[in-house]
Amino acid sequence: MSTVDVAAPRSALSIQRRETLRAFTRSKTFLAGAAIVGFWILCAIFQARFFQNPNGLSVHILEGPSGSHWFGTDRNGRDVFARVIAGARDILVIAPAATLLGTVCGTALGLVMGYFRGIVDDVLGRLVDAVLSLPVVIVALLAIVSVGPSKKTTILVVGFVFAPLIARTVRTAVLVERDLEYVSAARLRNERAPYILFVEILPNVLQPVIVEFTVRLGYAIFTVATLSFLGFGIPPPSSDWGVQVADHYQYLPGGFAWWPTLFPGLAIASLVIGVSLLADGVSQVLER
Amino acid sequence: MARFILRRLGLAVITLWLISVWVFCSIQLLPGNVGRSILGPLASPTAVATLNHQLGTDKPALTQYKEWVTGVVHGDFGTSQKLQVPVRPQLTTALRHSFELALVAFLIVVPLSLIGGTIAALRLGSAADRGITITGLSLSAVPEFVTGVVLIAVFGIWLNVLPISATWEPGSGIGSQVQHLLMPAIALSGVLFGYIARMARAGMVEALDSDYVRTAVLKGLPRRTVIWRHAMRNALLPTITVIATQLGYLIGGLVVVEILFNYQGIGRLIFNAAAAHDVPMLEGGAMVVGAVFLLATLAADVLYSLLNPRIRHGSAE
Repeated sequence: MSTVDVAAPRSALSIQRRETLRAFTRSKTFLAGAAIVGFWILCAIFQARFFQNPNGLSVHILEGPSGSHWFGTDRNGRDVFARVIAGARDILVIAPAATLLGTVCGTALGLVMGYFRGIVDDVLGRLVDAVLSLPVVIVALLAIVSVGPSKKTTILVVGFVFAPLIARTVRTAVLVERDLEYVSAARLRNERAPYILFVEILPNVLQPVIVEFTVRLGYAIFTVATLSFLGFGIPPPSSDWGVQVADHYQYLPGGFAWWPTLFPGLAIASLVIGVSLLADGVSQVLER
Repeated sequence: MARFILRRLGLAVITLWLISVWVFCSIQLLPGNVGRSILGPLASPTAVATLNHQLGTDKPALTQYKEWVTGVVHGDFGTSQKLQVPVRPQLTTALRHSFELALVAFLIVVPLSLIGGTIAALRLGSAADRGITITGLSLSAVPEFVTGVVLIAVFGIWLNVLPISATWEPGSGIGSQVQHLLMPAIALSGVLFGYIARMARAGMVEALDSDYVRTAVLKGLPRRTVIWRHAMRNALLPTITVIATQLGYLIGGLVVVEILFNYQGIGRLIFNAAAAHDVPMLEGGAMVVGAVFLLATLAADVLYSLLNPRIRHGSAE
């Protein structure tokens, strides 16, 4: 395989790339997901320029939707519409950062586990199992209780929990690659293990890593939103959707005020659905 | 078979031990003085020191770990620092409540998602297939607290057909209890539906594509017999494992749902213990959750091998 690759002209690779790109633009699932996620990214970027201040207080407390406040006002008299538009900001930074951290650590871990096998694999495998035996939310609770909630902690904790999950996927892919000829050739050339892992094997397991990244991104948003709802994620002054729901769901009973809960809730739902459609599109295209 | 189960059991024990080390370490990182946080800022330093001595929090970490693990192995989880009552009865009550909730959720979601996945597989590529797949994909992405608040708004308030709180009045009958559990159970089921339906669909698609199904069709068997007798049994095998591993996820979801619906289960107990820095309760809760998850995975492995003759009659693995 490697000899053919060397002889193949560069254009073959670019044709293949263009094919993949075209497959993306043809995938309805991918496009739908990209549209939803793109909408929220635009909101997060341009919110400050075009909409009201999401933290502007007023005396209109818990007023229903009206012409001046499309989604009503919350318990501090803040405009719910402005807060919903601004709500994507923190989570769209924190969730991708956490996923990236988890993917980088998990890929390294998976490469090591799959390549060395034996005792390394057994020991690391047990550790991975131990982390995965507790639900993500509880692992995060344990860690965040110790250090206190902040944006940085949320990134670190979610990244840490995701690493073993990604490691498992990468390990499986590496197990196949390590027995192929190009790896034996590198070993015969007396290349060192880090070189074989990151220069030889890594580019060949990149596809499952990308798929895993997009899938995990959806879970990261799910997890960060849940932690914020529990009061262990993004700290309160933020207009994060999870925080908004947590602050206002107590007003639901008795039909007192549904708007400060329902609108941010639906916003989270739309974002996570968008990301998972995106992920599904990516895996359909790359795993054809 | 016995060797297989023993091996799995051994691995589970090792994993449980690792969880204990890890839970203990992460809680040891807790800042501050336990005695001080219980007695408050006005207590005298000697009183704080005495309480720390009574609680054993002034001992070296390794000694504390040994004492804790010895206790847990003997079924003694210590005394709650917050409530000043033994942890174990609290854990068992909460666990029973959570099992009731999880049971209702499973009874709703397993049949629905199996039927959904099978229908999608039988009409591969049709509008029904796409509808079920997209619904499952979307449902599995939405956090439980979102599903929960939407359910509360729709069924609890606008339609006013279901109670908002999951806690029923003492002495109410089983019907009323189930009614109270219905909404939290549906909120829990959303995520599970996506996973299980997707596995069931994939399993069924693979089974329908196999040689033995083609043989059965060519033999002239009616379609219903082919699906029920031949394809179904093989299609559901991988799904069983998914259902069991989802139990672990379910416990994570319980934290959110139990808080939202005000239900005294294990998730709420762990959350309250975390918020109050109640170390023995938090450690006990985390261990119980880990143990339940490992038991469920073990049960799934055993069930899988019982249903799959290739594993049952094969080697130890």
